[in-house]
Amino acid sequence: MEYTIEMLGIRKEFPGIVANDNVTLQVKSGEIHALLGENGAGKSTLMSILFGMYQPEAGSIKVNGKEVTISNPNVANELGIGMVHQHFKLVEVFTVTENIILGMEPTKGIVLDKQIAAKRIQELSDQYGLMVDPDALIQDISVGMQQRVEILKMLYRNADILIFDEPTAVLTPQEIEELMHIMERLKAEGKSIILITHKLKEIKAVADRCTILRKGKYIATVDVAPTPEHEMARLMVGREVNFKVEKGPAHPGAVVLEVEGLEVSDNRKLKAVKGLNLEVKAGEIFGIAGIDGNGQAELVEAITGLRPINAGKVMLGGNDITHMSIRNKTEKGIGYIPEDRHKFGLVLDYTLAENLVLQNYYLPPFSKNGILNHDEIEKYAERLIDEFDVRSGQGPSTPARSMSGGNQQKAIIAREVDRSPALLIASQPTRGLDVGAIEYIHKRLIAERDKGKAVLLISFELDEILNVSDRIGVIYEGQIVNVSDADKTNENELGLLMAGSKKGGEANA
Amino acid sequence: MHKLKAFLSDDKNQNRLIPFLSIILGFLVGAIIMVISGYNPLAAYSKLLQGAGLYGNLRRFGETLVLMTPLTLTGLAVAFGMRTGLFNIGASGQMLMGGFAAIAVGLLVDLPKVIHLPLAVLVAVAAGALWGMLPGILKSKFNIHEVVSTIMMNWIAVWTVYYFVPTYMMGKYNTESAAIPDTASLRFEWLTNLFNGSSINFGLLLALASALLIWWVLEKTTFGYELKAVGFNRDAAKYAGIKVNRNVVLSMMISGALAGLAGATFYIGYTDNIKIGELPSLGFDGIAVALLGLNTPLGVVLSALLFGIMNAGKGFMQAATGVPNELVQIIIAVIIFFAAATQLIKRWLRYFARNEKKEKANGGEA
Repeated sequence: MEYTIEMLGIRKEFPGIVANDNVTLQVKSGEIHALLGENGAGKSTLMSILFGMYQPEAGSIKVNGKEVTISNPNVANELGIGMVHQHFKLVEVFTVTENIILGMEPTKGIVLDKQIAAKRIQELSDQYGLMVDPDALIQDISVGMQQRVEILKMLYRNADILIFDEPTAVLTPQEIEELMHIMERLKAEGKSIILITHKLKEIKAVADRCTILRKGKYIATVDVAPTPEHEMARLMVGREVNFKVEKGPAHPGAVVLEVEGLEVSDNRKLKAVKGLNLEVKAGEIFGIAGIDGNGQAELVEAITGLRPINAGKVMLGGNDITHMSIRNKTEKGIGYIPEDRHKFGLVLDYTLAENLVLQNYYLPPFSKNGILNHDEIEKYAERLIDEFDVRSGQGPSTPARSMSGGNQQKAIIAREVDRSPALLIASQPTRGLDVGAIEYIHKRLIAERDKGKAVLLISFELDEILNVSDRIGVIYEGQIVNVSDADKTNENELGLLMAGSKKGGEANA
Repeated sequence: MHKLKAFLSDDKNQNRLIPFLSIILGFLVGAIIMVISGYNPLAAYSKLLQGAGLYGNLRRFGETLVLMTPLTLTGLAVAFGMRTGLFNIGASGQMLMGGFAAIAVGLLVDLPKVIHLPLAVLVAVAAGALWGMLPGILKSKFNIHEVVSTIMMNWIAVWTVYYFVPTYMMGKYNTESAAIPDTASLRFEWLTNLFNGSSINFGLLLALASALLIWWVLEKTTFGYELKAVGFNRDAAKYAGIKVNRNVVLSMMISGALAGLAGATFYIGYTDNIKIGELPSLGFDGIAVALLGLNTPLGVVLSALLFGIMNAGKGFMQAATGVPNELVQIIIAVIIFFAAATQLIKRWLRYFARNEKKEKANGGEA
């Protein structure tokens, strides 16, 4: 009776893969239990089973010691299990209260009684220190606040077991901090929490125990406090993981990318990039540090041709490419790993093979006189899958949609790197990926650098910028405000510059 | 049983099963209605198929193929649009303009058949393409949704015909054009004789050839690869350097061309003249045909054949068994309902697959 949730010997198959193979998860009442694993390890499947979205092929589930069958999410709700999804399920034009009561609206006769609900939500918000305004519209509140609305939704439904599915993926560092406090508060009030994540820092900060899955199999359950981070990483990946990125010194050559006085507008036609200057040399990784929304996206889209350039010049290897078409730029030697791999990087309804030729399907040997050569495309896909270790259920003919995030990203990297472009632009290349995949991607970027390519890395994670780059430019309000060598700067200085303080720059100069 | 379960759990298989299950359900519902109304469904369905010529009556089967012909093409028009991310709801207008152009060529020029007929067909295709191109341009330049603009184009087509036909091509009445000469007709005597005097015409072969061509373009060419990429994910297509706007226009033109060809097969293959003030419903039926055919060329041909059978046989069914021919419309409606309610059927299939498993488990214990 000690456990509030017990999932014993769970097995779940999908066509081509076993997503869960004899997995066991035991969550004690009133603890924060982390569920750790790489992308595709089976965490989400396991939680979907607990939440009633999938039925297991084998195994049993016990809630508070009683064996239960969770045939759909409503049953899960009744058992007091609530889930905070990674992608929020909120109606933008409704208020907080309206969103929370959606599906179980309190009524007075036949009239909706929002007052009573709003009062209860306010009480819950106060009790757990969530500071949510029940009358605010969802579209007006921040992402972190929206997440709290999702939490409130669970609390309003009297959930005692809260599942958080990678809750920090969408949050800023400050919001992450606050979320950690909220989780501890929930725990103090007697709730049990299952935290799905692959961020070790967060587990260290907040979790009591941690269950580790690898490739669908149960690996171990450990007490977090006495277990060092690298040990958990080892259990998760199945081998020793290098946190420190290993790389030799850079041997920069000629300037490959030169951006001069660049001006670009954002979607609302406001100036996002304001006279930006930038140089990236062959054989170096130039990192751009900055807080999201300072013109990074617009800068990259302008260089790659996705966004029109208002003023300024972009030179690639000495050629003016400012107003070239996207395809011309690609052919001139730009490889681009986009920030949003679902929006730009992949056609999710295409197969893996079709996605791997997205940039060169029109060239021989993949096609001749406008007719595709599917055999050649497949052969090429098999080579890339092999060379870049892209894992997929059905090889080249796997639908891209069914692949895990890490493997989707590997596919994009394979496609972009294999064309051997003079300039490789990587925008947030490791976002949402696990340590194993991150390590791999960093290695690939450095390998490209060592081959003499210019690499432009954009990331909101300072650790990544500091570890991988050779030179670092700080972007603030659409301008590069400071450039320094990676080994001559530090997190503090960059942090200040990113926040708009000029002093950091002066101190450096 | 385990194999069946695995087969049913696969999403792709589920999608492929849906049209067939929908058809079965449609006929089941039709049968229930007939039983309630005191008819014998087996007799009625038998007569329906007999009326469509499936028991070997070539003339009747020819009529089935005639009805299938324009539906195949409008179905292809809609399916092609869908595959490339466009909802062409204006196949009716494009078809009407195609037919109007073909009739105009048929009546206003005088040429030997080897030139006259191909010219009429080509002009019909061009007119349909033009009628599709305008919404395509509006979409790519001004982001005007094709559903709105193609519906408007439907009415422009209706009133264009309304003005030009009585003014320049009036026939016996001022509500219709004169009949086209044989030199511009898609009918051939040898073909008519082959099917014992049915109104079957060369349009059928054009329709089947179009289906083959569209399949080839979509599956085998870089052009099809680009069009589908644009349809699935406009942003990724742009990222890959594909000219999205150009492809939207081309896609609408091809869709319109197919509908225009449908107009040719209907107006210079079947009716021989054009009436004013009528928007052919075959364009809208094409949406249903495409839906049931899962937007694939082969599926469209098969579902158009089904529609052809139903429509060709219903009159015979009514005459022979007294079942009102509107019942066929009910059956078609039910089929379309289930074909559109994919999630509902998928849930049933999953439920079925799960029960299979349970039965197996129970059997194993016993």
